[in-house]
Amino acid sequence: MSGARAVIAGIGHTEFSQNSGRSTLQLAAEASRDAIRDAGFSPTEVDGTVTFSMDTNDELALIRTIGVPMLRFCARTRGGGGGASATVQLAAAAVESGQADAVLVYRAFNERSAHRFGQPVQANPDPAWNWASPFSLNTPAKVYSLTFQRYMYEFGLTNEDFGRYSVVARDWASTNPNAQFYERPITLQDHQDSRWIVEPILRKLDCCLESDGGVALLITSAERAVDHGADAVPILASSAIQLEGGHEMFAYYHEDLCEYPEGRVLGEKLYRQADITAEDIDIAMIYENFSPIVFLQLEAFGFCGRGEASDFIKDGHIGRGGSLPVNTNGGLLGEGYIHGMNNIVEGVRQLRGTSANQISGAEHVLVSAGRSGIILGR
Amino acid sequence: MTTVRPPIFDFDDAFFWEGAKKHKLLIQRCGDCDTLRHPPTPMCATCGSTNNQAVESSGNGSILTWIISQHPTEPDAQPRIVILVQLDEGTRIVSNLVDVEPTHEQNLNDKRVVVCFIDYDGTVLPQFRLATVQP
Repeated sequence: MSGARAVIAGIGHTEFSQNSGRSTLQLAAEASRDAIRDAGFSPTEVDGTVTFSMDTNDELALIRTIGVPMLRFCARTRGGGGGASATVQLAAAAVESGQADAVLVYRAFNERSAHRFGQPVQANPDPAWNWASPFSLNTPAKVYSLTFQRYMYEFGLTNEDFGRYSVVARDWASTNPNAQFYERPITLQDHQDSRWIVEPILRKLDCCLESDGGVALLITSAERAVDHGADAVPILASSAIQLEGGHEMFAYYHEDLCEYPEGRVLGEKLYRQADITAEDIDIAMIYENFSPIVFLQLEAFGFCGRGEASDFIKDGHIGRGGSLPVNTNGGLLGEGYIHGMNNIVEGVRQLRGTSANQISGAEHVLVSAGRSGIILGR
Repeated sequence: MTTVRPPIFDFDDAFFWEGAKKHKLLIQRCGDCDTLRHPPTPMCATCGSTNNQAVESSGNGSILTWIISQHPTEPDAQPRIVILVQLDEGTRIVSNLVDVEPTHEQNLNDKRVVVCFIDYDGTVLPQFRLATVQP
C-alpha cells in the first residue's frame, strides 16, 4: 500500500452535440489530451486507463493516438450509465493501491449521430432481454416506465410532477454555455406540450439528450497533483453496488418497486466512507436517463423521505437558491448525455469554483450514477 | 397484427419456451431445496444445486405495474399492454394483458389476471387476461 489519496487532477471534454462529425476515437483523444493537460501532466506520465465495458475505443488505439508509451493498469466498468461513477472508483483504487500513478478515465461516443440508445433493440443484447423484448419492452423508455408507473400509482403522481424536474434541469442548462439547452429555458407548459414517449408516464422533455461527445478525467495521488500544480479535487468516497436479483435495466424483481435499493445501499456506504451525512451534501449530481429516476435517487440518498421527492422538488429545493442544487450543469436532460461522465466534470468544477452556475461555498458534492457514486470534497 | 421479436433460446431458459409451446407456464424449481426462481438461472442461489427442474404455475397472479407499449416514431402495429405479474407462487414475470382496450384511462394495478397462450406467427407467448373475479 502506498498510502496515497486519490484526487481528480484534470478534466477534459469535447463539445456536446447531435453530430460531432468525427470519429469516437478522435472524441476520446481530444477529451483525454485536455484532461491530461488540465492536470499539468504529460501523456508520457499516464500509466493506467479506465473506461466503460460498452466503450468502443480500444485502449491501445487511444494510447497510440495521444502518445502514452506504456500502460500497467487497464480496467472497465460493468453495465451502462450506472457505472459512470465506478470509473472513478476503479481509478482511485489503482492509484491508492500503487497499481498506477496516473489513470486516464475516458468515455466517448456518437450516441446521437450513430448508434442511438433510445431506439428499439434490434437483437437481444443479453439473455435478460428474453424476458422483455418479446413482450414489446424494447426501448429504455418503456423498460424504465414499467417501474415508474408503480411509483406514480403509489404516490398519486402525474407526468406534470416529473415535468417540474425537467424545468429545473433546463433552467440550469440555460446559463451553461456547454449545454445543448443553453439559452433555452422551458416552462412547465412547454413540458406538457412535448409529445408523449410512454403515455402517461414520460414525455419527450423527460428524456435525456442522446448526444455525441467525449469526457475524460485524470486521476492521480494528491501528492503528485500538487507536484504538477493541478487544481485537484479529492475523492472522499467511491463505491458501486450490485444487488442479487437486480438487473441494470429491469428493476422488476426486488421486493419494493417504489425504491432504488442499490442507491439506498450506495448512499449508506458513501456517507460512511466520507464520514458525513446526507445533510452535509451541498450539491447532488444525479444521473438521469429519464426525469423520474431523480425522484427515486433523491429518496434513496436520504435527501427526502419515501414518496416525498415530488414535494421536495415542488418546494424549490433543487433549483437556484435551493437547499440542495441538483445537476447544476443542466444534467443529462439539459447539458447532454455522455453516459453520466459530464456530471462528474461539473462536480469537479463546482469544487474548483469554475462552474457556469457556481454555488458559493460548496464543500461536498455527490455524483451519483444510481448504482455507483462518488463524493468529492474540499 | 402484433409482431413479436422471438426469444433467443439458450441452455438456461429453453425449458420455459418449450413449455409455452405446450401451453404450460413453467417456473424453475430447485430439484434439491424446492426454491422457485424466475428469470431462470443455471444454479440454485440458495443451495448451489444444478438439479434444475420446473413446476407448472397455476397461472394466477396480480398486476404490479403496467404500461402501454407504443413507440412514438415507429408505432407498434398494435399497441400492447405490458404488465409485470406477481404470480401466486411468488415469482414475477413480464408479459402482456390481452382482450383489454389499450388505454391509460383505466386502473390496472393490483388487478387479478390468469394466463393464456397466444401463437404470434410461430412464437408462443404466455399472455394474461383479466380474471373474472376481482378482489
